[in-house]
Amino acid sequence: MKAFTYERPGDVATALALVAEIPGARFLAGGTNLVDLMKLRIEQPTHLVDVSRLPLAEIEDTPEGGLRLGAMTTNSQVAADARVRARYPALAQAILSGASGQLRNKATTAGNLLQRTRCPYFYDTSKPCNKRAPGAGCAAIGGISSNTAIFGASDACIATHPSDMAVALTALDAKVETQSGAGEARVLALEGFHRLPGDTPHVETELRPAEMITAVVLPPPPPGGQIYRKARERASYAFAIGSVAVAGGRVALGAVAHKPWRAEAAELALEQGASPAEAMDAELRAARPDGHNDYKLKLMARLGAACLTTTGAGDGQ
Amino acid sequence: MKTSFTLNGQAASLDLDPRTTLLDALRERLDLKGSKKGCDHGQCGACTVLVNGRRINACLSLAVTHEGDEITTIEGLAQDETLHPVQAAFLAQDAFQCGYCTPGQICSTIGMLKEAADGWASLATEDLTADIVLTDEEIRERMSGNLCRCSAYPQILAAIRTAGGLA
Repeated sequence: MKAFTYERPGDVATALALVAEIPGARFLAGGTNLVDLMKLRIEQPTHLVDVSRLPLAEIEDTPEGGLRLGAMTTNSQVAADARVRARYPALAQAILSGASGQLRNKATTAGNLLQRTRCPYFYDTSKPCNKRAPGAGCAAIGGISSNTAIFGASDACIATHPSDMAVALTALDAKVETQSGAGEARVLALEGFHRLPGDTPHVETELRPAEMITAVVLPPPPPGGQIYRKARERASYAFAIGSVAVAGGRVALGAVAHKPWRAEAAELALEQGASPAEAMDAELRAARPDGHNDYKLKLMARLGAACLTTTGAGDGQ
Repeated sequence: MKTSFTLNGQAASLDLDPRTTLLDALRERLDLKGSKKGCDHGQCGACTVLVNGRRINACLSLAVTHEGDEITTIEGLAQDETLHPVQAAFLAQDAFQCGYCTPGQICSTIGMLKEAADGWASLATEDLTADIVLTDEEIRERMSGNLCRCSAYPQILAAIRTAGGLA
């Protein structure tokens, strides 16, 4: 790990000011991804501003009938919340299908959204990666990795976003609340929060420098069933090779793109009376597998159809 | 950087380089070698300790972030000569071969049983709104963050059933 300095401010305003003022400063929440990447020298912050104890760890009812998840709520806390389990089961299932009990006790809601890709070439510092060193090239293209994007990839990056939680939040139409040092607050739709790689795969979200996520807001649960299902290479404690979240008529796919992938073509087909299998075919028509990840077409077709059948999303909702 | 916490019921205070993980502070500074460094990347669970009663991977947590916390390691579980019930169950069921993962397995089990007692669901929980029943499938899913390269999993499962009063 490169040397860094550390402090733990007592309020959000101070934390924002510190990260805005100190070059190379970063927020530290649960640390389960950032500390790991610092050990590998993939992340090299000069200063860590520990936000894990800021008063952002509540789960509150909103006047609209939804829930506001404070940025520093842990994954365990959100998945255990009775309101989440009763009204947002897809979110509870998604969180519980990620990581391990130990990691979920530390990992936070905001940190989950900002975790970096698990592309093996991003982790291998002996290989070029446009995320680690913009312009260096992408060793994953033509490499042997199979867990790469089938939607929205670019000539610069074919990595996927690893989150389970964010896929369910996309299907649930969640919003991200932020603050920045100037006292400015913003609300971003989660669906547009993460970016496709384009020419700048190192820019992964719409967050501005020194802007902090303060909460994720769930609207009231949509009418209809919910589900999150995940395919992976072992029975538990592994990243997805494909996942599906359904919440009412909204569908999102995981491990297929640089961001949680909203399946709008599938949603439209369902609205027009398509069967679950036909809806997934409509979505996957735009997929561009690269020879190493062709299996994802059949995987996503079957996983998606199974989820849509379970929730009854095609039954005239 | 000066950091103080409660370690196995005793006050502990260290002057730390901020880079020091909780695991390295325990092993290299406080001479508690029970918590093991397996992968050092949060993938194996051998470093599992309890912080304020909850299990975490000590390898992915910076020690300076633990100011004021109550930390329990494998060394803090027994009361004098009396083993913690989970330790006793691991012995009774022969729930190890080489033993390297065992301190993490035991701390993780204690944290896991508390989570279940608090009503936390897992991915193996079919009805997310029902009371938790710790079936074998539930235990396996909840313990998936602790790897055992000797593959003593059947005995570990038996020990957890014993310790949890489920046998």
